[in-house]
Amino acid sequence: MTTSAPITEPRPTAPVSDPAMVAALSIDGVSHSYGARRALMDVSFNVAPASFTALLGLNGAGKSTLFSLVTRLFGIQTGRVGIFGHDISRTPGEALRLLGVVFQQRTLDLDLSLTQNLLYHAALHGIGRREAAARAAELLGRIGLSDRAASKVRDLSGGQMRRLEIARALLHRPRLLLLDEPTVGLDVKARADIISHVRQLVTEQGIGVLWATHLFDEITANDDLVVLHQGKVLAKGPVARVLAEAGAPDVNTAFMRLTGAQTMPGGGA
Amino acid sequence: MSSITTQDSNTHRAPRGFSLAEYMTCLAGIVWREGLRFLHQRERFVSALVRPLVWLFIFAAGFRQVLGISIIPPYETYILYEVYIAPGLMAMIQLFNGMQSSLSMVYDREMGNMRTLLVSPLPRWFLLFCKLLAGTAVSLLQVYAFLVIAWFWDISPPSFGYLTVLPALILSGLMLGSLGMLISSGIKQLENFAGVMNFVIFPMFFASSALYPLWRVQEGSPYLYYLCEANPFTLAVELIRFAFYGQVNWISLAVVATCTIVFMIGAIYAYDPSRGLVRRGPAGGEG
Repeated sequence: MTTSAPITEPRPTAPVSDPAMVAALSIDGVSHSYGARRALMDVSFNVAPASFTALLGLNGAGKSTLFSLVTRLFGIQTGRVGIFGHDISRTPGEALRLLGVVFQQRTLDLDLSLTQNLLYHAALHGIGRREAAARAAELLGRIGLSDRAASKVRDLSGGQMRRLEIARALLHRPRLLLLDEPTVGLDVKARADIISHVRQLVTEQGIGVLWATHLFDEITANDDLVVLHQGKVLAKGPVARVLAEAGAPDVNTAFMRLTGAQTMPGGGA
Repeated sequence: MSSITTQDSNTHRAPRGFSLAEYMTCLAGIVWREGLRFLHQRERFVSALVRPLVWLFIFAAGFRQVLGISIIPPYETYILYEVYIAPGLMAMIQLFNGMQSSLSMVYDREMGNMRTLLVSPLPRWFLLFCKLLAGTAVSLLQVYAFLVIAWFWDISPPSFGYLTVLPALILSGLMLGSLGMLISSGIKQLENFAGVMNFVIFPMFFASSALYPLWRVQEGSPYLYYLCEANPFTLAVELIRFAFYGQVNWISLAVVATCTIVFMIGAIYAYDPSRGLVRRGPAGGEG
């Protein structure tokens, strides 16, 4: 994947004041239950602009519920979710405009071509056909799929589909990108490609990324980390700090200690 | 991360809303995608066309010997049974299409495609309305394709009828589409839809004036007659029937318009994230 072309266009939807001061994503005291089952309990953390924040948790930790709340698939029951200061419940349009999402499930139209999928997404964001076509061509070039533009999505490999989904999520030039276990089911090469591509987006384009995963090796020392376990945030902060606080040499050990402590009577984090 | 604030006062640009051009782009995009998907599913088009033609060519041919049609409005003369059921078949196409669109919404929800639609920043009521319009547009394609073939079968209204029936078809298409959408919001899995076909499509179709004038039903069972009279599908059929001959059936128009609004509000309510039916959890906990 070649992703070296720099973005030169102005980003019309960027926040006006010092962007470093406003969280790209702020989750504030969010709880959610499905009937009696509590999926999230008082979850709070921030994602800074131009940062890579890993949301680490096992399956069932509440990651997908959190994503559903941030993307407004479910209504917020308790707490507040802000995207660059726009409250997702009060001003959903402004918030969603700044948000790009790659869901865990594939959400492409398999029978439509790559370009058609991108144009549909652009239309959903109110981007006119000509502008949309230009952006689609540019993004397809960046993910190395220009020559497949007219192919049906059905004919792509799993890794290519993921790249296309990331390109689609970037089409409306969001400032925050959410990815829900995007590397699940991909081979080693495709996984590495996706990870490096997304990290490049952070460093080169200043996009804030929230990357949900249960794979420890996708997290590096410079990332921010949020550990979510059974609906609660057990630790958050730069990876180094989380490791230091847990007294662990690596993320794997830290996670085991944090979650082990959590399940012991009287324990906590 | 500690240096980051979450305060929103004065730290971000004021909401700029969406321009009319953005709304229109979105509408065009949704209709375009629905049309593309329809064209890609040739079987769907063929079956949408064959279904009413089977009724017209086979059922009507056999049935007309059994059932005499007296002169009832809007007809001014004795008519063949085929001519009588043509508007009912047009409505049937829309009924099936409306339910099929909602079936595709259940499918989309299961497959996740629905999420792409719902994370659009435009207001959700507008997205759902676009979806309805798109479904209605597809149903119009089907109905007019049916009418072209039916014309060779002597289903030939006055030529202005093809034009005057259009608004009626749009309205009935919206009504049946929003009914389907409302139903789809309550269905959690695709498999459940087969039941809805049996419990919605067939009762609606048979307990209506699509296949027989209701005075005939009244002779048989007065209760069934009242049920048929109250069936919104009956009114959609009558609206189409009158419009096909350049007339307006005001009662039908009023009822179909009201039902459209009620079903549409219901569907939009049901898809509202903060209170709607779709907020059920991934594990299917909440009822």
